[in-house]
Amino acid sequence: MSDDTADMPLLVILRHAPHDGSWLREGLDVALVAAAFGRAVTLLFMGDGVEALRPGQTAGPLGQKGTHPTLDMLAMYDIEDLRVDATSLAERGLSTAELPWPARSVAAEELPAVIAAASPVFNF
Amino acid sequence: MASEQGKLRYALVVLGGPYSQAATHSALRFGEALIAQGHRLETVFFYHDGVYNASRLAAPPQDEPHLVDAWVRLANDQGTELLVCVAAALRRGLLDEREAQRHGKPAFSVEPPFVLAGIGQLVEAGITHDRLVTFAP
Repeated sequence: MSDDTADMPLLVILRHAPHDGSWLREGLDVALVAAAFGRAVTLLFMGDGVEALRPGQTAGPLGQKGTHPTLDMLAMYDIEDLRVDATSLAERGLSTAELPWPARSVAAEELPAVIAAASPVFNF
Repeated sequence: MASEQGKLRYALVVLGGPYSQAATHSALRFGEALIAQGHRLETVFFYHDGVYNASRLAAPPQDEPHLVDAWVRLANDQGTELLVCVAAALRRGLLDEREAQRHGKPAFSVEPPFVLAGIGQLVEAGITHDRLVTFAP
C-alpha cells in the first residue's frame, strides 16, 4: 500500500450472526491481531452481524464458544471505534442505546465514506 | 508505491472451500488474468474454509480442474507465497508435518509450497501490497 494509506484505520466488516459458521469469530480474530500489531481498527457490524451486539448472547447450544467475551476484550486492545449499520439494527428491532458496547450508528448514505476512509478492508 | 509502469503487487484472500463454492475458481482466474496483464501475484492468504485449498490429499475427478495443483503451479511459476491461516487450518484438520507431530497425529495434510501462517501475515499483506482482493463464498 502507498504511504498515504498508512494512517488509515483497518476496517473489519462483520456480516454474520454469532454461531452462523465461524465468520464472526474469525473476523474478530483479524481485528484483534491487527490491533495487537499496533493498527488502528474500526469494526462495522452490518446485516446479521448486528446480532453479535444483541444483549444476552451466550455460547451456542451445540458447544460453540460465545463471542461476547471477545467483544468485552476489544477495549483492552484499544479497539473502540465500533460502527453499526442503522438500517440493519432497526430491521432487527434493536437500538444503539440497548447495546452492551458503545457503537455509533451509521446511516446507509454514510457507509461509503466509512469504507473509503479505511485501508485495508476485510469483509466477513 | 513500489510499482513500475503501473504494474501492481497483488495479494488475494480466499475464504471459500474448493469445489463447494465458486470463490476458489474465481480467485485463480483473477490471479491468472492479473499475471497475464503484467502485474505480480505475490501472496495468497487462505482463511476460513479457504484453508481446504491446501490439502495435499485432494483427489478430484480427472475431468475437473485440479485446484490444489493450480495453486502449486502458481507458486512454482510465479513465486507466489501460499499462506494458510494456522488457527483456521488446525481446527479443520489441515496440519503440516510439524504440527501433525506436535499434536500426535498419524499423518499430515499440508506441504510446501503451502505454508502455515499467522493472521498477522494477512494484516501485513494488506499493508505491503498495492492491492488486496478478497474472494468469499
